[in-house]
Amino acid sequence: MFDTAQLTKFVFGRLSLESLPLHEPILILTFAGVVMGGIVVVGALTYFRLWGYLWKEWFTSVDHKKIGVMYIILGIVMLLRGFADALMMRAQQALAFNGSDGFLPAHHYDQVFTAHGVIMIFFVAMPLVTGLMNYVVPLQIGARDVSFPFLNNFSFWMTTAGAIVVMISLFIGEFARTGWLAYPPLSNIGYSPDVGVDYYIWSLQVAGIGTTLSGINLIATIIKMRAPGMSLMKMPIFTWTSLCTNILIVASFPILTAVLALLSLDRYVGTNFFSSDLGGNPMMYVNLIWIWGHPEVYILILPAFGVFSEVTSTFSGKKLFGYTSMVYATIVITILSYLVWLHHFFTMGSGASVNSFFGITTMIISIPTGAKIFNWLFTMYRGRIRFELPMMWTIAFMLTFVIGGMTGVMLAVPPADFVLHNSLFLIAHFHNVIIGGVVFGMFAGINFWFPKAFGFKLDEFWGKISFWCWVIGFWVAFTPLYVLGFMGVTRRLRTFDDPSLHIWFIIAACGALIVAAGIGAFLVQIGVSVWRREALRDTTGDPWHGRTLEWATSSPPPDYNFAFTPVIHDNDPWWDMKSRGYKRPLGGFKAIHMPKNTGTGVILAGISIAMAFGLIWYMWWLAALSFVAIVAVAITHTFNYHRDYYIPADEVERTEAERTQLMARVAS
Amino acid sequence: MSRLRIVLLLPLVALLGGCNFVVMNPAGDIAVQQRNLVVVSTVLMLLIIIPVMALIVMFAWKYRQSNTDAPYEPDWDHSIHLELVIWAVPLLIVICLGAVTWTGTHLLDPYRPLDRVGPGQAATLNPPLQIQAIALDWKWLFIYPEYGIATVNDVAAPVDRPVEFKITSSSVMNSFYIPALAGQIYAMPGMETRLNAVINKPGDYRGFSANYSGAGFSGMHFVFHGVDEPGFDAWVKKVKASADTLTRDSYLELEKPSENVPVKLYKTVDADLYKAILNMCVTPGKMCQNEMTAIDAKGGLGLANAGNLLPYSKAMADQSPALRRNYVASVCTVEDSTGSGNATPVTSIDTTPVLGAGLQRPAAQFRFTPALPPAMRRASN
Repeated sequence: MFDTAQLTKFVFGRLSLESLPLHEPILILTFAGVVMGGIVVVGALTYFRLWGYLWKEWFTSVDHKKIGVMYIILGIVMLLRGFADALMMRAQQALAFNGSDGFLPAHHYDQVFTAHGVIMIFFVAMPLVTGLMNYVVPLQIGARDVSFPFLNNFSFWMTTAGAIVVMISLFIGEFARTGWLAYPPLSNIGYSPDVGVDYYIWSLQVAGIGTTLSGINLIATIIKMRAPGMSLMKMPIFTWTSLCTNILIVASFPILTAVLALLSLDRYVGTNFFSSDLGGNPMMYVNLIWIWGHPEVYILILPAFGVFSEVTSTFSGKKLFGYTSMVYATIVITILSYLVWLHHFFTMGSGASVNSFFGITTMIISIPTGAKIFNWLFTMYRGRIRFELPMMWTIAFMLTFVIGGMTGVMLAVPPADFVLHNSLFLIAHFHNVIIGGVVFGMFAGINFWFPKAFGFKLDEFWGKISFWCWVIGFWVAFTPLYVLGFMGVTRRLRTFDDPSLHIWFIIAACGALIVAAGIGAFLVQIGVSVWRREALRDTTGDPWHGRTLEWATSSPPPDYNFAFTPVIHDNDPWWDMKSRGYKRPLGGFKAIHMPKNTGTGVILAGISIAMAFGLIWYMWWLAALSFVAIVAVAITHTFNYHRDYYIPADEVERTEAERTQLMARVAS
Repeated sequence: MSRLRIVLLLPLVALLGGCNFVVMNPAGDIAVQQRNLVVVSTVLMLLIIIPVMALIVMFAWKYRQSNTDAPYEPDWDHSIHLELVIWAVPLLIVICLGAVTWTGTHLLDPYRPLDRVGPGQAATLNPPLQIQAIALDWKWLFIYPEYGIATVNDVAAPVDRPVEFKITSSSVMNSFYIPALAGQIYAMPGMETRLNAVINKPGDYRGFSANYSGAGFSGMHFVFHGVDEPGFDAWVKKVKASADTLTRDSYLELEKPSENVPVKLYKTVDADLYKAILNMCVTPGKMCQNEMTAIDAKGGLGLANAGNLLPYSKAMADQSPALRRNYVASVCTVEDSTGSGNATPVTSIDTTPVLGAGLQRPAAQFRFTPALPPAMRRASN
């Protein structure tokens, strides 16, 4: 029979006590902090008897609004983790001078910068963007939910499962030490024999399922569920950019899934797709991953562009300038984003003609992007601009993003890229567009739509503190990196021997601390806003004098969004309705058909985590068992025939009557 | 006020003045031209970016809500003329930039032999100095095939003489970058990239890997000496006076991962070492990549391949972390695979497809002898 060692190996695979990072004091302290925090949260939830509420009202909810909010909470929680990694990197680089080795050994530092990139892109930016789209798009098109409400819940939990797999790697085993795109041969089993790259692969595969499905869901929603009268060219710009983003998701995420599947075949069964031995070629991986990776950049930025369009026109009190050209610019960007991937590796030795082609297509993308900037500019022209928080973020974005765009075009000239590639200039450039574009856009969006989601505005004082800390902190943190790039300093270095560089890293670390203050102020802003919610209350449902349909309903909207599906006659439908003296219907309601909550998404995601864990640690029994369980649960779910219910007409009437009373009380 | 501003700016100027902006102030003609492209593209874009930024600030200020004197046109959302301008101006700039990009990319293609060594200075017809650069974990090996010498983390070239680097890597991807000399290019295992460049000013310049390659990456830098002709001769003499020689065995020792490696000099180097490194067959008994592709191009070995796949011995696995899987055993001698000795290159043996037809029957293939060169095997059947 089995001896003990064999049995242990069968049950635990590669997992042993040595896999726990007991020798890393930083991780022990973090772990202690997480455990303490976890105990407090779990204790509080139990004490206040919130588990049932959370499970019934949130975790199992198929309401797109609640799922959108949960996505954004996931993004903010992961932002704290990703930013902690950023602070550690900045601290390491600021300390590791004059013979000092800094405070992070290579083994740890290399995981930190890999995790920072992976978390910020996949588990911060993506959930924030997806959450915003989930929340806003159905409301903007006058729909009651997305096309496939259960799928939406499942997508969210798969994304969360991916995030949980990454977080597990912090305390059990390690994360990849390869950089965020895990280029082979470094990520092959020969050079990365440990579990790090497997954590990377399976977290992205699990989350990737969620992202792809949510893309399919939102495309179907936008194509099929628009309110009557809303032709494509009457859709709000945010919905347009969401449509293009989701098309990009559906077209590009399968490539990521495929390339990671090939990499896992290389690692698990000994194929040689990407090793240089036996006919494989790592250049294939680099090409494939960037064919996903470049559209990914636009997946993130397009919804942010949509937010800026809505915000600029709302707070300028004007129609968006050049709606048609804005739509075409978005479509052109969507298509061109597939024709530029090679600019991420001009230095791989392609011929001059290939490099020029991809350099020039990259520059061509700047034309529609530039047109968008001009459109926002001329939306402000002859407007009445209210500098509320969303508009402040938008102005900061415009000023910051044009610089990022400029440095991007510099990198698109192949010979110039040869001297700047992989340098800190490149790092400064893409943080310039991702922070200046995506992050500023998400903050504009959160400040803009928060009153819609919760019925009260976000506190302005702390919002301004957060805003200024972010904007100033960004420039203090990344201008030095531009400078260092011109000094020929490359990325991902752990130690330095040239003392003249030191001062710039210290300035950059200060910038990171200012941004940290900005994140802190944002959390305080939310806390203070909840505390002062009665003072910040918005009863109208339309606190900003909005233009699109989401402002037509109450804040927060009822489960069914709209008691009657609105009929659209013009762009900016809510503005149009208001200017025609629209009156809310007060009677004649019908029962509303709604989807029912289900726990299947949570269960499937939970088993997926177990399966990923089994595959990562070579616990084959666990992986096989989980796989069977996933299939079984999925099939069982198809026999669930209690998927919908009706909100009775008198309940709709009661809800609407409450709103009428509330509005009357405020008006009197 | 203006004096105060100057005083406030002083520390910044001092800060910037104390730095070595090597990318903006390089010492090699190629890097200078690349720098010029950086400047030209920046200026071209500033043409549009500065007015845009000014307009953003101006409009934001002028049309603020409290300024009720400013005109307000809530329904103005379209202007054909403006649309034409906002699409045409960026288009014109991109056309200019595109032209600069097309010519610049072709003229500064790292594979292109140099036609000049400086502005107005044509290159001579003499062949460029050959240097083979190999990225190891985590140091750089340089081989001078014309001089039969090799160095680690130390490289020199005479000023105003074109240099051609042939670049590869032994293990993972790296990027070969000497900012003062020329832009970077990736170093990849089993593949060769090239870089043509020239150094114009004497001096010691920093070179390094610009692509993260693992734990010892931060220490993976070297010094590039730009020296005059007599200085270069003296440098070669110094290397030749060293005690060490670089053979296959000492290379395999050197190839093992090591960090912050000091300069090493080798007075002689195995003449075929670079080819063997490039074809990933320094380890004895391993089939070279060029040989593998040549065999495959002729239809491959068929089922015989299966028997030709051998597991690495423990000693080999200890040697390099990558050697943990099977490898393809050499079917000819090392001399054959590297094209030296008396054997003719594999590709010129026979141009008719093999397609496995001339090989032994599958039943016999597991007894197939690895040491037999393909030409002989074909003849014996």
